[in-house]
Amino acid sequence: MSDTHPPKIEVRGLKKSFGRKVVLDGIDLTIGRSESVVVIGGSGTGKSVLAKCILGLLEADEGSIRIDGEEMVGRRAGERERAMRKFGMLFQGSALFDSLPVWENVAFGLIQGHGKNRREAKEAAIKTLASVGLGPDVGELRPAELSGGMQKRVALARAICAAPETIIFDEPTTGLDPIMGDVINDLILKCVHQLGATALSITHDMASARKISDRIAMIHRGKIIWSGPTASIDRTSNPYVEQFIHGRAEGPIQMEVRAP
Amino acid sequence: MQAIFEFLASIGGVTLRFLAASGRLGLFTLAAVSHCVRPPIYPRLIGRQMVDIGYYSLPVVGLTAVFTGMVLALQTYTGFSNFTAESAVPTVVLLSVTRELGPVIAGLMVAGRIGAAIAAELGTMRVTDQIDALTTLSTNPYKYLVVPRIVAGTIVMPMLVFVADIIGVFGGFLVGSYRLRFNPAAYIQRTADYLQTNDVTAGLVKAAVFGFVVALMGCYFGYNSRGGAQGVGAATTYAVVSASILILLLDYVLTAILFVGR
Repeated sequence: MSDTHPPKIEVRGLKKSFGRKVVLDGIDLTIGRSESVVVIGGSGTGKSVLAKCILGLLEADEGSIRIDGEEMVGRRAGERERAMRKFGMLFQGSALFDSLPVWENVAFGLIQGHGKNRREAKEAAIKTLASVGLGPDVGELRPAELSGGMQKRVALARAICAAPETIIFDEPTTGLDPIMGDVINDLILKCVHQLGATALSITHDMASARKISDRIAMIHRGKIIWSGPTASIDRTSNPYVEQFIHGRAEGPIQMEVRAP
Repeated sequence: MQAIFEFLASIGGVTLRFLAASGRLGLFTLAAVSHCVRPPIYPRLIGRQMVDIGYYSLPVVGLTAVFTGMVLALQTYTGFSNFTAESAVPTVVLLSVTRELGPVIAGLMVAGRIGAAIAAELGTMRVTDQIDALTTLSTNPYKYLVVPRIVAGTIVMPMLVFVADIIGVFGGFLVGSYRLRFNPAAYIQRTADYLQTNDVTAGLVKAAVFGFVVALMGCYFGYNSRGGAQGVGAATTYAVVSASILILLLDYVLTAILFVGR
């Protein structure tokens, strides 16, 4: 972090509540350029809320989110929309548009956000589909005709098609079998390295977290309670992290009943 | 004393919730309308919605209109024959259909067919993160989802009602000629004599307002739906019920302005 550029994403004192339920309670997180950070944590601890706040899909109550040094909290929707062009997002449930064929899903950002004509955008979409291991014939199918693993690949292709500077992966391997999960992990690694992109991933799949991250941060009760290089996570004495990475029911983490 | 306070508190709570909901709907309407006049506009999406709302609603609206005209002719004949005023049947059918029944019946049918479909589609998109995905792909969901539906609803409803007017009057003519033994030429002549441009245009103005309301309610409840399949179901119900009530309420208001006030 010694270069002169500001960090790609810098979150300071981020707070977000839904009614009386405090979900984020002063999150501090810095992600450098071309760095891959994975945020781990139990279900309902606010990982996805953090990602949605960074993307501007949810309005933060307090705190600061800087993208390339530019403050995003309190910005008007139009100004945030411009900043969003630097982002790609892979949603937990893929969130593919079921009214559009696969190729149009992938090319959507190019056509709508970047003003490319449909023919050029379709060519780019077919190329991107090939980079995630899907043939051009898949481009003509509807998302509902695809398996869960293929839908994730299409969602990954959509996230990277416009060559974003930063990609956010929300639970990229959830609901997939271990082999398909590993295929997705490999694709994420390949795509992020090819683009030279910054990556923020949200997951509770430790195999995935270990594989795709340079650094891991753990969120618990709305705060980042541990952060460090991926290799150091197995040496930590933090009881929360230990309980989480070993998947033990006993320990300081008690399961929340209500989702945020 | 405690019971009185609780009673007052419950009235206050309901009032506050109603005002908050009205405020949210008002802000949504303002945002939607303001996006209608600011680029980018998506003509391809507007065209697709016009086909969905207009063309595919023609059978149900046409069927409803023809039976409405037929029943109206029968009922009018039954009532008016007591005063030997059967000759007023063509006029009553014409005025009722063009001024009231055409726009209202078509509005209610479209509320059931289109309002529900819009709310279900947008609601599903909301709970499966597709609306958030639009935002991350640099696309404003208001412009992409809400504006095409509202513009298409407002443009297409008058066209639908114009067709419904013709079919409704034709339904009255069928019953008048074949069941009530009116002379067909005389029935048509009487209908033409009493056909006023103002009656038709006022009905079409109503239709445009109803089209706007149906699309707006579908978009509002769908866009703001929460909580999975149950939330989508609730959004669909609210969209249809609120659009239907607003159509009847606005029908009175517009009738008072367009007919009584002139």
